[in-house]
Amino acid sequence: MTIYNGACDCGKISAKGVNLHYGSFQALRNITLEIPQCAITAIIGPSGCGKSSFLRLLNRMNDIINGVRVEGVLQLDGVSIYDKYVNVVDLRKRVGMVFQKPNPFPMSIFDNIAFGPRQHGINNRKVLEEIVERSLRHAALWDEVSDKLGQSALALSGGQQQRLCIARVLAVEPEVILMDEPCSALDPIATLRIEDLMRALTKDYTIVIVTHNMQQAARVSDMAAFFMMEEDRAGMLVEYGSTSQIFTKPRDKRTEDYITGRFG
Amino acid sequence: MEIRTEFHKKLADIHSDVLAMGSMVEKAILHSVQALKERDLTLAEQIINDDININKKRFKIEERCIELIATQQPMASDLRAIMSVTSITTELERIGDYAEGIAKIVIMIGDEPPLKPLVTVPRMAEKTVDMLHRSLEAFYNHDDATARQIVIEDDEIDHLYNDLYRVLISFMVEDPKTITRATRLIWVAHNLERAADRITNICERVVFTVTGQIEEIGASKY
Repeated sequence: MTIYNGACDCGKISAKGVNLHYGSFQALRNITLEIPQCAITAIIGPSGCGKSSFLRLLNRMNDIINGVRVEGVLQLDGVSIYDKYVNVVDLRKRVGMVFQKPNPFPMSIFDNIAFGPRQHGINNRKVLEEIVERSLRHAALWDEVSDKLGQSALALSGGQQQRLCIARVLAVEPEVILMDEPCSALDPIATLRIEDLMRALTKDYTIVIVTHNMQQAARVSDMAAFFMMEEDRAGMLVEYGSTSQIFTKPRDKRTEDYITGRFG
Repeated sequence: MEIRTEFHKKLADIHSDVLAMGSMVEKAILHSVQALKERDLTLAEQIINDDININKKRFKIEERCIELIATQQPMASDLRAIMSVTSITTELERIGDYAEGIAKIVIMIGDEPPLKPLVTVPRMAEKTVDMLHRSLEAFYNHDDATARQIVIEDDEIDHLYNDLYRVLISFMVEDPKTITRATRLIWVAHNLERAADRITNICERVVFTVTGQIEEIGASKY
């Protein structure tokens, strides 16, 4: 299986010995993994094992939580994500996020997509139109909405709304897209559409997805990381490898037990 | 709009791999009979060596099938196609073994003078390869009608084998000195006859892939 579709063969995101604490509670312990560029990396594991916490570390979404403390090395293209000189707004432009429930803004389809670029100072109508069309095309939504860009995004179906949210992320030209259970609110066909879109996006983007749906992780990802909780409920990485290896011959008994449904 | 494009591409790649493996096996059969006709021991050795590649190809395809089942949750005709591929590649590998078997007999025969001009064996080989080729095309094209037709054609191979068997028995009865050479020719023909039976198994998998029915079509007399 091709793991690196892009020109770069180094890890896009690198975590070494990462610990995450919320006050006195340790949510993640000693996480070390390299996330390859232009590929999809899935994080799987039982509820509460720290999957989403890890994902949120990658664009510093945890910053707003009181008492949060991050230790270890977490780098994007070799530069520390938690360096004090990092501009969090710029970081989140480079590392976009798609959430569990589609969350279009209560405004038109056009304005939803143009929102990010406008925030970053782009106001030229022609430029915005180009960005909106390109983003919607890239998110495989253009053909369905090109004649109703002025209509409210809230009128779209759930699957369309989620593709709109992906288009909204693409509009600010990120490098990494984080997806936290992006299909859990969608029907099976809309889910498969999003998965197809994700595969198409790996040509240009690095994707990290957290999912409870093991089958989805198996279908869509190139690399898979299995997290579970230690006795003190801190999340730890049990096994990380190519998706093909993890789902056909896991090395760790705990991974085997989880993916065969013997625990979890 | 088609969905699951990546999965369907991987499935199509596996189908192409089966055709490629089929070509390797067709070549092995034709070469084995050519080696027999021309007493070409070098070619016979090559067939024996090349069989390793056929076996490797089978394992590679099987691994890809396992990966698709584990990661893509194939359903309905896709699932049947993948299950059929694992059966078909097993049959192909065995047919490759029959070709290898003929090559070993060629080496055993060495430069012994021919018992009789080779007519039936090349005809059996050509017919077997034709059946094999069309059975894999039928698999690729989801053509169960052709698959059923090929199973009927197996009778032709059986007739050729029986005719040759009778002729060789009469040789042996008339002159016991021919027993060794005649027996070896019977082995060759038997390998081809068995290969054709394996092709009928492939055809049954084609029917299963298309219709979902697991059935024995025109149960072979042998």
